[in-house]
Amino acid sequence: MDKRKTTELENVVVRFTGDSGDGMQLTGTLFSNLSAILGNEISTFPDFPSEIRAPQGTVGGVSGFQVNLGAQKIYTPGDDADVLVAMNPAALKVNAKAVKKGGVIIFDTDSFQKSDFTKAGFVTENPFEELGISETIQLIPASLSSLTTASLEGFGLDTKTVLRSKNMFALGLICWLFNRPIDQASAFLTRKFGKKPSVLEANIKVLTDGFNYGHNLHLAVSTYTLSKSEDVVKGKYTLIAGNKATAWGLVAAAQKSGLQLFLGSYPITPATDIMQELALRKDLGVKVVQAEDEIAGISIALGAAFAGSLAATSTSGPGLALKSEAIGLAVMAELPIVIVDVMRGGPSTGLPTKTEQTDLLQALYGRNGESPVVVMAAGSPDDCFHYAYMASKIALEHMTPVILLTDTFLGNGTSLWQLPKLSELPEIKPNYAQPGMEGLNVTARNETTKVRYWTIPGTEGFAQRNGGLEKDYNTGSITSEPLNHEKMVATRQAKIDYINNYIPELEVEGDKDADLLVIGWGSTHGHLISAVNSLNKNGNKVALAHFNYINPLPKNAEEVIKRYKKVLVCELNSGQFATYLRSKVPGEYLQYNKVQGQPFKVAELEEAIQLIINK
Amino acid sequence: MESIIKQYTAKDYKSDQSVRWCPGCGDYALLNTLQKVMAELGIPPHETAVVSGIGCSSRLPYYSTAYGFHTIHGRGAAVATGIKVANPRLTVWQITGDGDCLAIGGNHFIHSVRRNVDMNVLIFNNQIYGLTKGQYSPTTKKGFITKSSPFGTVERPFRPAELTFGARGAFFGRLLDVDLKSSQMVMMAAAKHKGTSVVECLVNCVIFNDGAHSWLSEKENRYDRLIILEHGKPMIFGKNNDKGLVLDGFNLKVVTIGENGITENDILVHDAQCEDTTLQMKLAMMEGPDFPVAVGVIRDVADESYDEAVENQILEIQSKSKIKTFDDLIDSCEQWEM
Repeated sequence: MDKRKTTELENVVVRFTGDSGDGMQLTGTLFSNLSAILGNEISTFPDFPSEIRAPQGTVGGVSGFQVNLGAQKIYTPGDDADVLVAMNPAALKVNAKAVKKGGVIIFDTDSFQKSDFTKAGFVTENPFEELGISETIQLIPASLSSLTTASLEGFGLDTKTVLRSKNMFALGLICWLFNRPIDQASAFLTRKFGKKPSVLEANIKVLTDGFNYGHNLHLAVSTYTLSKSEDVVKGKYTLIAGNKATAWGLVAAAQKSGLQLFLGSYPITPATDIMQELALRKDLGVKVVQAEDEIAGISIALGAAFAGSLAATSTSGPGLALKSEAIGLAVMAELPIVIVDVMRGGPSTGLPTKTEQTDLLQALYGRNGESPVVVMAAGSPDDCFHYAYMASKIALEHMTPVILLTDTFLGNGTSLWQLPKLSELPEIKPNYAQPGMEGLNVTARNETTKVRYWTIPGTEGFAQRNGGLEKDYNTGSITSEPLNHEKMVATRQAKIDYINNYIPELEVEGDKDADLLVIGWGSTHGHLISAVNSLNKNGNKVALAHFNYINPLPKNAEEVIKRYKKVLVCELNSGQFATYLRSKVPGEYLQYNKVQGQPFKVAELEEAIQLIINK
Repeated sequence: MESIIKQYTAKDYKSDQSVRWCPGCGDYALLNTLQKVMAELGIPPHETAVVSGIGCSSRLPYYSTAYGFHTIHGRGAAVATGIKVANPRLTVWQITGDGDCLAIGGNHFIHSVRRNVDMNVLIFNNQIYGLTKGQYSPTTKKGFITKSSPFGTVERPFRPAELTFGARGAFFGRLLDVDLKSSQMVMMAAAKHKGTSVVECLVNCVIFNDGAHSWLSEKENRYDRLIILEHGKPMIFGKNNDKGLVLDGFNLKVVTIGENGITENDILVHDAQCEDTTLQMKLAMMEGPDFPVAVGVIRDVADESYDEAVENQILEIQSKSKIKTFDDLIDSCEQWEM
């Protein structure tokens, strides 16, 4: 009988790290996919360096991929790792702090040589001791490079190709550690490398050898099993990244509304995937213009909105700044457009590959004049689909720009997504000018909703002159008459405010009867609900109100907030949502803020919330 | 049912808004010419979009019955691109000025030309900022005194033709506001050209730069000082049609027909459709007093337009792809039952 212990886990966090050329993203993705197929809950988050290829073996070039596998509902990619795969000392150095006490580190001994230590900035030849972790972790040394070389002997591959396969050896080892059958991984590899039989064969050989290596050597560590999650609603699932989900949400909205989807965009980290994903969708008639700059990206999209398309633009913080004047034009011309801001660390170029919620006030207020727009935020990677769809619906039905905030964490992270059908999604009915309204002026609107009628070029009887100048409420002609301007300002605001009749009410999660209400918005939902659930499980009483609709706020926001004795706003900035709430629902708001370019950790949230409870 | 082809007149393209340019502004003539051209083209106002940025010229959409969009400073080219690519069946006119197009909108201008979006770009070039009341523009002559260059500019001006050719423009025309007949011919050719048609409109600002083109526009000597270029026609000009252009080595030279044995047969014939821009560039760069200034159609080369290419690629992919609907897309992704 096998003497090694097998531990049954509720969830496990694995972090794959190495040089950006080491294939860690692929390894992590494969491991996630095959775990999802085995019935686990999944949440992943990659951590890229902003350098494409920093010098090999240096800390600047370390790329990481973290996955959290759950035998029950999980909401985040996890805090610290149970298992770290470190392909070199630099990867170890960058990630050592993110390993749990008692965790496992698998490392490539071939890359843990004197010169590698120097490159990574270690001064001794024992990096584990130098990092002060040698007592608290279990090590699995494996000479990945030489084992891979041995595995591929006789394949006739060049050294470079051989060494590039060492990530598969690591994957095999991880599969063994978690008792994952590797046939699923082989199937994924077949799909990925099917066109290159020699590469495919080599990868599968190394993967299998990696698995067997762990098994045969009876490595002196416990292995783990993770049961199927019972919390999953039965159905068909895939793993989806937030940016892809956003792109697909727009695609779905276009088909549902019967419109052509048109994206004007400019490459910017971390939003570029949205443009790339849509550029693939020519089969569904999506038009994508890669513009000469951010301003052109939105201006071209706005032209498409004027022409009658479902128009969108995708960007990140610096790009949103450049687009502000054109967003103002969309406000003034009352045209529908979806602006997706995948937030990153700022200001300026800031931390291009890191996550932050620091564009909120820019989205709300970053324009000249009284310029209200709808602002909403997605809560998880798969959620991006829903909110991109709803952003499109609101833009088209209320003739307004809508800013959808996601961020690096959502855009690049993945979560399980139950596959939708178009027929299950809500109807979208753009506010078109109707036959019989011929000759209507450019400011003509539904007097209840204040929504302007959309007139589409090419349609006889509806030609109008629109633009950025103030227009007369009654005639649509340009005018700077003082009282008319004030009326138009109020009308544009009323139109946005009225949208709260169409958005869902704010729900309270956790313990509704608590004294303390934790408030969050956007991408932090997973971390906040995990912390709140855990605290409640340990005998505390905490409620959570998480906002996805920010402007306008849900109708019952004030009533919910006023119900609680203490309110704590947690966000990845210096307090932007708290500032906004103070202006909308005056009262006392405590704050917990983090601006490190990193998501929250559940543990630090628990600690912070516990402090407030104990006060 | 009997099909009726409606005959349009310029009036069908005139809106009820009162035109608010300064009395004597060259923009009036261009507006009238444009409306005549629109009527002659016979494309109904509702299938036409007129897009502008900011500046005096950019007020033009309000005076038209077409779908109009008065956008923001410099971005007219980008907005017009979006309109045309979204709906290639629309005829799109972009109205812009030397500041709007070549300063703040310079990037959008060169890129829309490079892409060859099928639209007609009328650059109202009065070599000055009019709406902000008299600052120098990117086409103001070096040394010129304006409110923002009280001691004369020290900047070199752009020449719109060079910029257009540099951006690989397939159509470049030039017109003079007061010369109505040739103006109409150039605008018509621009409208008929598929791709970005750039037309530099030499226009007079009576308030801040009066007479900028007076050397050329002065009635007395106008036809001795400008040459109207048309594809396939000899480059003959002059009040008496007795002057012409010939090649002298690599350069152009003005000759008089009947002098030194020169006959009409010696005069160059204009080839606007030549891919190579060398001679077209020389023609576009001609300046007085030694040379006439070229108006007319200087370059008019056929090429696929961007909006057409975008549509064609979509059709091609659609004919091959199994994904026809959103539900097909969902079915196509890696998925499993849980």
